[in-house]
Amino acid sequence: MQAPDRTPAALADTAGSYAAGFVPPLLDPEHLTPSLVSGPNGKAAVKRFNVYRNNVTASLIEALAATFPATMRITGETFFRAMARFHVRETPPTSPLLFEYGQDFPDFIARYEHAQSMPWLADVARIERAWLDAYHAADAPALAPDALASVPPDRLGDAIFEGHPAALIVRSDYPAVTIFAVNRASGPVGRIETSAPESGLITRPELEIAVRHLTPGADILLSRLLAGAPLAVAATEAANHDPTLDLAAVIATALDAGAFTAIHHGG
Amino acid sequence: MVAGQGVPATNTTATETGLAMRTSTDHGSRLALVSNRLPKHEIAGLAGTSLKHQHLPAILADDAPGGFFEVHAENYMGAGGPPHAALARIREDFPVSLHGVCMSIGGPQALDKAHLARFKALVERYEPALVSEHLAWSTHETTYYNDLLPLPYTEATVARVADHIDQVQEAIGRQLLLENPSTYVTFPQSTISETAFIRELVKRTGCGLLLDVNNVFVSATNQGYSALAYLSDFPLADVGEVHLAGHAEQQDDEGELLLIDSHDGPVADAVWKLYELVIARAGPIPTLIEWDSAIPDWPVLKREATAAQAILDRHARAASRENIRASA
Repeated sequence: MQAPDRTPAALADTAGSYAAGFVPPLLDPEHLTPSLVSGPNGKAAVKRFNVYRNNVTASLIEALAATFPATMRITGETFFRAMARFHVRETPPTSPLLFEYGQDFPDFIARYEHAQSMPWLADVARIERAWLDAYHAADAPALAPDALASVPPDRLGDAIFEGHPAALIVRSDYPAVTIFAVNRASGPVGRIETSAPESGLITRPELEIAVRHLTPGADILLSRLLAGAPLAVAATEAANHDPTLDLAAVIATALDAGAFTAIHHGG
Repeated sequence: MVAGQGVPATNTTATETGLAMRTSTDHGSRLALVSNRLPKHEIAGLAGTSLKHQHLPAILADDAPGGFFEVHAENYMGAGGPPHAALARIREDFPVSLHGVCMSIGGPQALDKAHLARFKALVERYEPALVSEHLAWSTHETTYYNDLLPLPYTEATVARVADHIDQVQEAIGRQLLLENPSTYVTFPQSTISETAFIRELVKRTGCGLLLDVNNVFVSATNQGYSALAYLSDFPLADVGEVHLAGHAEQQDDEGELLLIDSHDGPVADAVWKLYELVIARAGPIPTLIEWDSAIPDWPVLKREATAAQAILDRHARAASRENIRASA
C-alpha cells in the first residue's frame, strides 16, 4: 500500500482539487487508493474506496446491459460484462443522461477481438442503440396511412416526406434484424435460416417501438426520403438498385409504421 | 452572499414556495403566471414510492395506490416518448417529487448550464410538489461517473456548494431540498462536521433539506459516529422530505461492518426506529421509500410505503391532540 501524503502542503492543495485526486482510480484498477481519503480514526480506506470504484464500473456496465439486452443474450452475460467493462474504462460517459450512453459501443464491439467470430453482433447493437434513441425521441403525430392518396398524381414526384423524430434506419450486411428480433423475444432462439443483408426501420407508433425488416432497395428508398429527397429522386435511386422493388408497398409500410409526420412539396 | 435571495423562508411548503416564486418573478403583476395547467395535489403528511415504469399498470389498477411518486429527473430529460407519457399520467392523479441525481452540486467545477436548463424545464413542465438534489458530485471535467461521490467539508467547499445551490434555486425559481449523503471514506482535510456544513448551507442559501434516514444510518456506521447524535444536530425544522431505503452489508479493511447504500431491499429495522424518532420530533414530513435495484412487485413496495404512512398518521394525530390541548 502507498504511504498517504498528508503534509500540510498536500492537504492545502487538495482544497479545490479533491475531485481531480479522487477520480483517477475510479476506472483504473491499477491506480492505488487516493491519498486524500482515509477511513475514520485512522482506519484504512482501500475497501472503502473500492465501494466507489465498484459503484461506478458496475452501474455503467449495468447501463449498457439495460440498453443492449439482445446483444447480451447472444454473447452470454459473462462475455458481455467483460466486453462492457473494457468499453466503460475506455469510453466512460460524457453526459449525465445515461440513456445517451453507449453510442460508441457498437463500434467498440466491431473491433473487440473476442467478438470477431460474430461479425453481425455490432449491427445488432446498432439496432438496440437506435431502439433507445427512438424511445426517447420527440413526440409528433404520425401521418395517416392514407395520406399519400390526397397528393395529386402530378405532384407525387416532388413530394418531400418529413421524417418522424423516432424514425431511424440501421443498415447491416447481415440478417441483423432477424437476429435482433429473436433475441429480444422471450422464446427460445433457434437456428437463423437467412444470411441475406437486412436493414431495420425503427419507429414508435403509439409509444411502442417497432422494428421492421427492410430489403436493401427499401432501405435506399426510405433512407433517401428520411434525408429529405423528393419522392422521384428517392424512387429512381432505389429502382436502380432493385428494379423489382414495389415502391408503393414500401411507402405504405413506412406510413403504417408511423415513419413520417408530413408531406411537403419541393420546387 | 445571496442568502435567501429570491427564495422564501424555509418553513413554507415547497408547493407554496413554487407559487410565491412565480408571482414574485413577474415584475409587479401579482396575479399572473400562477399556473392552473396541472392539478395541485397536496403532499403534506404523505408517504410515497419511487416511480418504476414496470409498476405503472398495477398502480393505475390499484384502488388505493398511496400518496405520491418520486422520479429521478434525468430519466425524463429525453425529448419525448413513453417516459413523459407515464409521468404525465401519474402527475394527473398524484403529487410528484422531482429528484435530481447528477447536478454535481458538490463538485469543484461550475454547474453544467445545459443540465441546469433541462432540470428547470422539467420543473416547469411537471410543477412537482418537491424538488431535490444531492450533496455530492458525479462529473469531473467531461466524464460522468454515475455515482454520488463525497466531498471534504471545509470553508472553501461550503462557499462553492452554497453558490451552486443559489444557481439552481435561481434557475428553477423555487426552493431546492438538499439530501445528506451516504459515505464510505473520510477526508482528513475536512474541518467542519457534516451537520454543521449542512446547517451553514441552509443559512446561506435558504434551501430546504431532504433527510435520508438510511443515509444517516449508513454513514454513522461507516464513519463510527452516533446516528442519534447526528440527528440531534441536524436542522429538522428545515426538512421538507424524508427518504427511507434498504442497505447492504460488507466489510472494511479491518473486517468491520461497512454498510452500502444499495436501495435493493426493504428498510432495515434500525432505520425504521430512527425514522419514528425523526417524525416524533419533526412532525409528519412527506416520506419516500426508495427501491431502485432488485425492484419487487408493486404490492411489496407499496407495503413499505403503507408502513411509513402509519407512522406519519400516528404522529399527525398526536400533533393535532397537542394543538387542541395547547389552544384549550
